Amino acid sequence: MKNTALTQTHTSLGAKMVPFAGYNMPVSYSGLNDEHATVRNGVGVFDVSHMGEFILKGDNALNLIQKVTSNDASGLIDGKAQYSCLPNNDGGIVDDLIVYRIDEKTYMLVVNASNIEKDWNWIKQNDAWNVDMKNISENTSLLAIQGPKAMDTLQKLTDVKLADIPYYSFVKGKFDGVDNVVISNTGYTGAGGFEIYFENQHAEKIWNAIFEAGKEFGIKPIGLGARDTLRLEMGFCLYGNDIDDTTSPIEAGLGWITKFTKDFTNRAAIEKQKTDGVTKKLVGFEMIDRGIPRHDYEIADASGKIIGKVTSGTQSPTLNKAIGMGYVTKELAKPDTEIYIMIRDKAIKAKVSKIPFLKK
Amino acid sequence: MNFPADLKYTKDHEWIRVEGSEAYIGITDFAQKELGDIVYVDVTTLGEIVAREALFGTVEAVKTVSDLFMPLTGKVLEVNKDIDSAPESVNTDPYGKGWMIKISIESAPELQDLLSVDAYKALIGA
Repeated sequence: MKNTALTQTHTSLGAKMVPFAGYNMPVSYSGLNDEHATVRNGVGVFDVSHMGEFILKGDNALNLIQKVTSNDASGLIDGKAQYSCLPNNDGGIVDDLIVYRIDEKTYMLVVNASNIEKDWNWIKQNDAWNVDMKNISENTSLLAIQGPKAMDTLQKLTDVKLADIPYYSFVKGKFDGVDNVVISNTGYTGAGGFEIYFENQHAEKIWNAIFEAGKEFGIKPIGLGARDTLRLEMGFCLYGNDIDDTTSPIEAGLGWITKFTKDFTNRAAIEKQKTDGVTKKLVGFEMIDRGIPRHDYEIADASGKIIGKVTSGTQSPTLNKAIGMGYVTKELAKPDTEIYIMIRDKAIKAKVSKIPFLKK
Repeated sequence: MNFPADLKYTKDHEWIRVEGSEAYIGITDFAQKELGDIVYVDVTTLGEIVAREALFGTVEAVKTVSDLFMPLTGKVLEVNKDIDSAPESVNTDPYGKGWMIKISIESAPELQDLLSVDAYKALIGA
């Protein structure tokens, strides 16, 4: 089991720790609902240093990225990032990721912790240019500072004007006296805020500085449990749940990150799906009758026929109702369609709903 | 964590408060902490006689769901309706307001098999 640079800090703060993607990670501190509300209403800090970071460098870095990712990275300028995915050759997804353009010849790919090795091998395998690739995951810490008070908290620690960083943009600058911190206006919560990347050696100092700066806003550490409920309220996909090696980006509603302006892995098949349509779709749904959907529960239609599976589900702390995502046949994918979730052998009524569940 | 000495316990993390020929049942402080924020308790066996170790309901937390097993064979006489509107009481007061069901004890010898507070604490390493 690996530790992040902050594992000791989490333990001493009383976090409940769980193994996640090979790392010993905090799943909760003060309690899921409290942590969730802290991020929605104030500011919370996630240690997500388990995530993977690859640096791709050189004249052909962009060529390789274009080949392996579905989104079009050629439109990126320095300081811009984009959400993307790595399609496989069989119609599925190797991983979803964020591509950062540091400069014309330097890119950072941020991938899921559970897929670091798989992604590395996959990208290497597709590298016809012998691109200079470095896996900096083990030495890189990543904190997500999220919530309406995130900017006020972080602004105290840097001269970089945070309000000037648009969504999915970043600045590499000085933060709490540390040079070359990547300050990125991204996140996985829908609550606004930043993600910051820096070397492990600064982790404790930066963590402490952020908590000091956020004290007046009631800042709290947040675990992976609330990270999951926060992202689900936004309908953000979680790799391994909602998308995986067998689900296509089109089925998953990720058509917006598949761009046929360039060639990429499995492009022809994905383009055909986009044109011809797909037989199943990832949808959001909310429970009408009492029950909480969970990963792998079956979904049935009104006649009792099984039409799909729940990929994610929870009780939404903000909306105070049970919500989920899952794959259903195309005919039943329209909002307000009644579907049934099989909970302990009973069909419990739900309806397809638009995502995000949480409206702005 | 708090484990009252006057209660009996099970390896399934339930507590039992025996009152004559009846007993109140709920989940322990350890169990509520493990489950996290409770959303509701679903008891499907009101009025039924349920055998020891059989399912009498489920408890749904935000993150997970857990089955509830009968610690003793008995008839489910009452369900705590107050936790429908205040499920958080299972978290905040697991031995008091967070009780789940009241049963009649149908087989007194089974009481011998329940865990003492010390045995339960040893089980969970408390």
